[in-house]
Amino acid sequence: MSVEPASALSSKDLVGISGLTAGEIQLILDTAEELLEVARRPIKKVPTLRGSTVVNLFMEPSTRTRFSFEVAEKRLSADTLNFSASTSSVSKGETLVDTARNLMAMAPDFIVIRHPNSGAPHRLAKVVPASIINAGDGINEHPTQGLLDAFTMRRHFGRLDGLKVVIAGDIRHSRVARSNAFLLTRMGAEVRFAAPASMLPLGVEELGVKTFLRIEPALEGADVAMMLRIQRERQSNVNLPSAREYFDFFALTPERLKLAAKHALVMHPGPMNRGVEIDSSVADGAQSVILEQVTNGVAIRMAILYLLAGGRGESAAHS
Amino acid sequence: MVNPQLVLDEAGLERTLIRMAAEIVERDGDRIMLVGIHTRGVPLARQLAKRISETCGVEVVVGRLDITLYRDDVGPWRPAHKQPLLKETFLPASIDGQVIYLVDDVLFTGRTVRAAIETLVDYGRPKAVRLAVLVDRGHRELPIAADVVGKVVQTARDEDVQVKIEEVDGASGVWIGKEVAHVG
Repeated sequence: MSVEPASALSSKDLVGISGLTAGEIQLILDTAEELLEVARRPIKKVPTLRGSTVVNLFMEPSTRTRFSFEVAEKRLSADTLNFSASTSSVSKGETLVDTARNLMAMAPDFIVIRHPNSGAPHRLAKVVPASIINAGDGINEHPTQGLLDAFTMRRHFGRLDGLKVVIAGDIRHSRVARSNAFLLTRMGAEVRFAAPASMLPLGVEELGVKTFLRIEPALEGADVAMMLRIQRERQSNVNLPSAREYFDFFALTPERLKLAAKHALVMHPGPMNRGVEIDSSVADGAQSVILEQVTNGVAIRMAILYLLAGGRGESAAHS
Repeated sequence: MVNPQLVLDEAGLERTLIRMAAEIVERDGDRIMLVGIHTRGVPLARQLAKRISETCGVEVVVGRLDITLYRDDVGPWRPAHKQPLLKETFLPASIDGQVIYLVDDVLFTGRTVRAAIETLVDYGRPKAVRLAVLVDRGHRELPIAADVVGKVVQTARDEDVQVKIEEVDGASGVWIGKEVAHVG
């Protein structure tokens, strides 16, 4: 399966992978490939988005994603404003839509939003003219993470089509797993979810993935092992007896990794719980691309900002 | 293009490249870097380097430059989310203290060259930046001039100049005509 890149994105927003075509995904990955190079220059900045304003609206704790967006925005010369839940009026009872309307009075071109409620970015996209970029909404999607994971795989294997990708851990609460499943299946990869039954989502069949209740058979011949964190903050009653027991049954250990293909990559979207879902020696091992994922994330977010930009010169555009 | 008129045939293009290569070496010697601007500037830079190595027996370094992120009509100035595709920038060595020849097929408004200079200086501080173009068609919109010119062609503003290079187009030559689909 070879996919021709689309010539442009069809929406003003990136709210999820589920709304993207294979051609659009290809365009984003191709664009990120060229933007990776900006980080290797003596001057790590291009003037493309100068004069554009980006609001980073983070209603949930995040370090990696927020920093990654901020670096991407700055490398494209955009101006950035950071709002976080603890410092904003949200904690004083303002609704999301009211917050966004107030922000619009400052004329941002983009709003990057992370929100505990699934669907919050979609709602925002309907009421404000700015481009909305979903930086993770509840247990729904985390599209830029899905894109950077796929980008990392494509850079190593030269393709996504036909790859066998294991996603293991707390899939039920993982927007990363959902975005990855949408993206990878759309691009022709085989996705294997491995989790205890209590951590598999309902309706998992509709995602077009294979499910495993043990990690060993899932790892058999896999090209990628992506480990997810146990999201204690999203579990009403923690669905596992102990972290130790989880480690014994589901963690990626050097022995279990041997079941995968020799060239298999070890991935983790972070934050990582060493000794729970992943053994330290695997996290730091030769097959780990966990830090590459972070570097690639900046390029993916730059690509999204670049591809979604535009519209200001509508009346005064020159050909 | 409607009724394209041939202004430089394959043999003419060959003679022009040899002369341009000679002019470059006469002016700056062979310790230079040629940097082609995407799209047609890239194969042209390779062609010029080949002529220089044939006449002087030295290999000159060739790079390629994508100016898209520095254009004055990208980002906010484009229609909503319709941005041009990015291409690869590759500079094989440091440009600090080097004489750099930017190479492009057609010099028109000068906006591409402005963006190319800005792109280049983000990679270092060259000793000098010069410009070599196969065709100068006039109609400048910025104060920019070429140092080495293959051919000056009188054109109307709405005419299109098409350069074809064997290695990418399967044919070689320069044509002008009324544009059908603008490619600039």
